[in-house]
Amino acid sequence: MLTGKQSWTFENKPAILSTGVSGGPFEAKGNLADDFDILHDDLWIGEDSYEKAHKVLIEEAAEKAIEKGNIQKEDIQFFLAGDLINQISPTSFAARGIGLPYFGLFGACSTSMEGLALSAFLVNNNGARYVLTGASSHNAAVEKQFRYPTEYGSQKPPTAQWTITGAGMAVVTNQENRTNSSVSITAATIGKVVDMGLKDPFNMGGAMAPAATDTIMAHFHDLGIKPDHYDLIVTGDLGKIGRATTLDLLSQKGLSLREEQFKDCGIMIYKEDQPVQSGGSGAGCSATVLYGHLLNEMKKGTYKRILMIATGALLSPLSYQQKESIPCIAHAVALEYENK
Amino acid sequence: MANQTNDNAAQKAYKQLQGKHETQRPVLKNCLRAFLVGGIICAIGQAVMYFYIYFFNFTEQTAGNPTTATMVFFALLLTGFGVYDRLAQFGGAGSAVPVTGFGNAVISAAIEHRSEGYVLGVGGNIFKLAGSVIVFGVFSAFVVALIKTIFIQLGG
Repeated sequence: MLTGKQSWTFENKPAILSTGVSGGPFEAKGNLADDFDILHDDLWIGEDSYEKAHKVLIEEAAEKAIEKGNIQKEDIQFFLAGDLINQISPTSFAARGIGLPYFGLFGACSTSMEGLALSAFLVNNNGARYVLTGASSHNAAVEKQFRYPTEYGSQKPPTAQWTITGAGMAVVTNQENRTNSSVSITAATIGKVVDMGLKDPFNMGGAMAPAATDTIMAHFHDLGIKPDHYDLIVTGDLGKIGRATTLDLLSQKGLSLREEQFKDCGIMIYKEDQPVQSGGSGAGCSATVLYGHLLNEMKKGTYKRILMIATGALLSPLSYQQKESIPCIAHAVALEYENK
Repeated sequence: MANQTNDNAAQKAYKQLQGKHETQRPVLKNCLRAFLVGGIICAIGQAVMYFYIYFFNFTEQTAGNPTTATMVFFALLLTGFGVYDRLAQFGGAGSAVPVTGFGNAVISAAIEHRSEGYVLGVGGNIFKLAGSVIVFGVFSAFVVALIKTIFIQLGG
């Protein structure tokens, strides 16, 4: 149901039935390794290109999510997913194998929540019984496309972020088919494109902070709730700089969050001593952390209500070489776990 | 552009606010590290040069070419084993400016695009990064030679 200007509330209790999360070697050494279902010790994953390895990550996460949901692939009506590579080919190639009716999504690193919001909407309004959704990224494939060859020696500034290798997939289902351990999707806010003129592709967090702020403000305004409604407000991949900037922007607009209430997946996923500069990023960042770590924490009782805001920088290698600024977007999804 | 993005005053204000949170590049530390790494690479280069002069039939004028080739070969090994990019994160310009940095730019592009085949991949992309060094290097050499020739003709 449309609530306010740009939000949906889901009265029919769609829920995340199960999830599958795969990751690479750098994530295996990270902070949240225990929350991944599948970890690889090699970036190539036995394939002969990084793009193929990227595809395998998606397939594995999807299979795992279906398996853990105790359903058959044929039960699922739609597959909604995307990644960062040109024409989202890894996801489309994975969809070829998965063989489900498919919506290819591109929202850069906000794709995970774009997919989850749309899936919840579909299920909530009887458009589907089961939907498979998710997002992914592969460090080397993204470096190759957006930056330099992986082995090229360039010094990254402290504002840069590390694209994660991983895929997070979730099966979303309706009230009849959910189980006791399913996490409800209660609301979603769709963001608009915000561009504050930043041009540095090595400072995505700084570019994305205004988009995150815009969506967070819109969410609380549309739903008429206060930040204390949520135990945790978590952003996708703002990194240290983007997170601090967003906190500042929010307090300027009169929304003050407690430090420990506002986290970022890009900061959570890696250890302090891993050389990731400002933090992790990539479409897989929010997907793996939410569908792995955060859902596990909700089921353990650490958090009851979470607002997840996935942020995306909608640039291309061509656009920044042509000196364009970086347009950004953020989508928010609210989750709730009722302990039975 | 102004009508597509948010208005300019707000952008300026935001840049200022964002700048407060932005971690600056540690310029002095980077300079010292570049000096150290670049110095070590050049010292190794010098040692290789002496090696060619003392053990082979090279002079100080002719030892440059085999030395460059040897240093690029070292860069090739370090790039292939995935060490050079780590060295560069530490050393910055120190590892980018010497000829090993040029070698790394060529070799890393060749490795990266192997998956697209030898013609469109390796061949088409090998000078993706180093190409502009070659283009502008050759062009500035041409300009300098032209100026030198003009002066010699006029002066001579």
